[in-house]
Amino acid sequence: MLIYLAKRLLLMLPLLLGITLISFVVIHLAPGEPTDMQTQLNPEASVELQERLRAQYGLDQPLMVQYVKWLGRLTSLDFGDSFSQDRRPVLGKIVERLPITIAINLLSIGFILAVAIPIGILSATRRNSLFDRGTTIFVFIGFATPSFWLALLLMDYLGVRWGLFPIAGIKSLGHEYLSGPAQIWDVLHHLILPVFVSAFGGLAGFSRYMRSNMLEVVRQDYILTARAKGLSERVVIYKHALRNALLPVITILGLSVPGLIGGSVIFETIFAIPGMGKLFYDGVMMRDYPLIMGVLVIGAVLTLVGNLLADLGYALADPRIRKA
Amino acid sequence: MNIRRMIHIVCVGFLVLTLVGCQRDAVVLPAEGDAAQPAHGDTLIMGSIGDATTLLPILASDASSSDINGLVYSGLVRYDKTLEIEGDLAESWEISDDNLTLTFHLRKDVRWHDGAPFTSADVLFTYQLYIDPNTPTAYAERYKQVKEASAPDPYTFVVSYEQPLATALISWGMQVLPKHLLEGQDITKSPLGSHPIGTGPYRFQEWLRGEKIVLTANPDYYEGEPYIYRVVYRIIPDPSTMFLELQSGGLDYMGLTPLQYARQTETPAFRRRFNKYRYPASAYTYLGFNLRRPMFQDLRVRHALAHAINKQELIDGVLLGLGQIATGPFKPGTWPYNPDVARYPFDPAKAKALLAEAGWGDSDKDGILDKDGQPFRFTIVTNQGNDQRSKTGEIIQRRLAEIGIDVQLRVIEWASFLKEFINPGNFDATILGWTIPPDPDGYNVWHSSKTKLGELNFVNFQNAEVDEILEKGRRTLNQDERKKLYDRFQEILAEEQPYVFLYVPDALPVVAARIHGIEPAPAGIMHNFIKWYVPKGEQKYLK
Repeated sequence: MLIYLAKRLLLMLPLLLGITLISFVVIHLAPGEPTDMQTQLNPEASVELQERLRAQYGLDQPLMVQYVKWLGRLTSLDFGDSFSQDRRPVLGKIVERLPITIAINLLSIGFILAVAIPIGILSATRRNSLFDRGTTIFVFIGFATPSFWLALLLMDYLGVRWGLFPIAGIKSLGHEYLSGPAQIWDVLHHLILPVFVSAFGGLAGFSRYMRSNMLEVVRQDYILTARAKGLSERVVIYKHALRNALLPVITILGLSVPGLIGGSVIFETIFAIPGMGKLFYDGVMMRDYPLIMGVLVIGAVLTLVGNLLADLGYALADPRIRKA
Repeated sequence: MNIRRMIHIVCVGFLVLTLVGCQRDAVVLPAEGDAAQPAHGDTLIMGSIGDATTLLPILASDASSSDINGLVYSGLVRYDKTLEIEGDLAESWEISDDNLTLTFHLRKDVRWHDGAPFTSADVLFTYQLYIDPNTPTAYAERYKQVKEASAPDPYTFVVSYEQPLATALISWGMQVLPKHLLEGQDITKSPLGSHPIGTGPYRFQEWLRGEKIVLTANPDYYEGEPYIYRVVYRIIPDPSTMFLELQSGGLDYMGLTPLQYARQTETPAFRRRFNKYRYPASAYTYLGFNLRRPMFQDLRVRHALAHAINKQELIDGVLLGLGQIATGPFKPGTWPYNPDVARYPFDPAKAKALLAEAGWGDSDKDGILDKDGQPFRFTIVTNQGNDQRSKTGEIIQRRLAEIGIDVQLRVIEWASFLKEFINPGNFDATILGWTIPPDPDGYNVWHSSKTKLGELNFVNFQNAEVDEILEKGRRTLNQDERKKLYDRFQEILAEEQPYVFLYVPDALPVVAARIHGIEPAPAGIMHNFIKWYVPKGEQKYLK
C-alpha cells in the first residue's frame, strides 16, 4: 500500500510539470499582454513606455526563460507578484478569495447530497411512481434552467418584491456592528440564494446517478438473499442496498475536490461574491500571467490529489478492491 | 427529515428578518424643523461594476480607482462645473508673458490625512516620481515636456517649458502624493496602494477586495467638511443585479443603462424614491474607415456612406433616444464644439447618386454594387462585450445593404481585436468610441505622424492643414485663438469624414431622493459632491 502511494505521488511530478508547461505556453500564446490595460488606446502612452513596462514585467525575455524563472520561484512555493497594477503577491490574492469560495462549494455539495441521495433512493424504490416521475421532471428543470436567469428571478421576487433575502454581496452594510451570532447569521442569510442557485443545477446529475446505482444494487443476489432471509424491506434497502449504492459517491466526492476552489464566474458576478471564479476570470481578461498560473497550479494539484484520495477512499471502503 | 430541517431554518430566517427590519425602521428619525436644511451625517452607497486596482493615482488607469482617488486626493487645479480651470490646492497661479513659465501659489491651510502639512515639496516630489523611468505610469509623457520644476519656498511651485503647451496648466491637476510617506520607496510596493493618504475631502477607511471600499468625511478639508459622512463603494459586477440592489434600497447611486432609464424606472414608486439625471456623456461612438483601403479613399464614397446611415435611428434603436447626433470629436455644449459643420442627413437616394458618380453601379444585377468587376463588400470589426457597438453595427449593416453594399460584421475579443486588427491596420472599417477630454488637443489621434503600428491614428488620416492646426493648437494658450483653430479642425473632419461620427450617448445617473444639493452642470453632477447632503429628518444610516 505504501509503495503504491509513493509511486502515485512520484508520478504526479512529471504530470504537474507537463501541465504547467502547456498552460504557460498557451496563455502566453493568447493575443494581448498585461501592459495593454495601461497602454492600449491611451492617447498619452508612447511606444517607448510600452517597451519599458514590458521590460519591468520581464516580458521582453524569451518565453522559455520566463518559464524557467517562474518554475524556479515555484519550487520555493513563491507564485510571484500579480501583473495587475497593484502588484500584490499572487498567493495573497488567492488566499483572500478562498474562504468564501470553499464555503459556498461545501454548502452546495452538502445541499446536493442531502437532497439528491434521498430523491435517488426514493425514486429507485418507487420506480415509475408519481414521485419518481415528478422528481425526474423537477431535477431536469433544474438542470435545464440557466443559473443567471434563475438567480435574477429569485432576486427580483424574493429580494426586491418580498424582501426576504439580501440581493447581493456576502455581508450587510453594518456587519461589523453586529454581535457574533448575528454576524454568522448575516453571512448565512446572504449565502442562501447563491448556494441554492449553484446547487440547483447539480441535483439532476447526482440524483439520477443515485437512482441508477440503487436500481443496479437492488437486482443483486445478496439483496435477494436478504429478502429471502425475511428481513424487513426497510433493513434491506437502507442497510444492505444503500451502503453498496453509495460506494461510487466516493469517486464523485474525490473528483469534486478541485471544484472546491473553482468558483463560477456567472453566479459570482450576479451575486457580487468576491470569489475565485471572478478572480480568475478578471486575471485572464487582464492577461495577469502569474495569477492565472497560480490558480491553475493549485487547481492541478488539487485535481491530482483528489483523484488519489478517491482511489484510496474507494480501497478503504470496499474490501474487494483492497484485495485486488 | 432533511426537508423538515430546511423548513426550520427558513422559519428562523423569517424571524431574524423581521427583527432586522424593525431595527432599520428605528434608525429613521421623525422630521423636525426645516426638512431641507443641509446637515452632516448619513452614508451614500455607490454601485461600481469593477473593483479598484490600486489606490495610488500615479499607477491607476481604471475608472473605479480614479473615482476613489478623486475623493481622496487633490491636485493643484481642477475643472469646475462649467469645465473651466479653477484652483484646488493652488490658491492662484501666474503664467509668464512668453507662456513658458507657470508659477503656482499654494494654499497654506492644507494638511495630509495623517496630519502632516502639505507643501510645494510634495508637488515637486510627485512630478519627479512621474518622470522617474522606474515608475510604471501611463501618464509620464505630459511631464517630460517640463524643462525645469522648482519649489522656491514651501508655498510656491514653479515650472517652465521649452515651448508653450496648451495642456500645461491642467496637467497640474494631477493628484499630489505625500512625499513624507513615499520618498525613497519602491512605488509599486508602497502600502499607500491599498491605504491611500491624500489631501482630498474624504479619508480612506477600509477596502474589502471585491466587496467594498469605505471612505469617511475629512473634517479638516480646506473647503469645509463634506456633509455626507460616509461613502461606500459597493462592487457589484452585474448591471442587472446592481439595479435590483438599488430598488431594494441597498444602493443610493448608480449609472443606469438606457433600457433601465427609459423602460424600467418610469413608475411612481421609483420616482418617489430616486431622482434620475440625464446629460451628455464625455464620449462618442464612430464608424472609422481604414483609409489605406482603395474603396474608402474616394471622398464621394465616404460621403455616400455618411448619408446612408440614419444616425437618429441608431440613437432611437441602440440608446432608446438617450443620446444625440455627433458631428465631430467634441462634446456638444462645450467651448471647443463647433455646431456649424457639414452634416449628412439620412438620404439613401443621394448616397446612391454619390456612389454612381464614384463609379459604383450594379452592372451584374446581383443587388450588390460593383466597380471594375469588384463587388462593394467590406467588414466592420468591433469589440466583444459592448452591446451598443454590435447593435449599431447590425443597424448600419442593414442600411448599407439597402443601397447595395454588402457589409459583414465581426465582433472580436478585445485583446485580439487590438492586436490582430486595429494596431496593424488590418481592417476595413471599425465601430469604436473615444472619450472626450475637456481639452480639445487631438494630436495623438489625428496627426499624420501618429499612423505607425500601434498608434492611435489607425485609420491613417493624413491632412496637411489638420497637422498644422493640431501643432499650433497645442502651443496656443489663448482660448479664443484655440477656438478658431479647432473650429476649422472640425470643419475639415466633417468634410473629410474619415470617421462617420455617430452619436454622443447620455450619462444616466440615478441618486436616492433623500440626497439633496445636487446641481447638474456641463461637468456632470459629481462636481459639488461635498455639498450634497441629507436633511436630518431623512437620514437613513447612523454613524
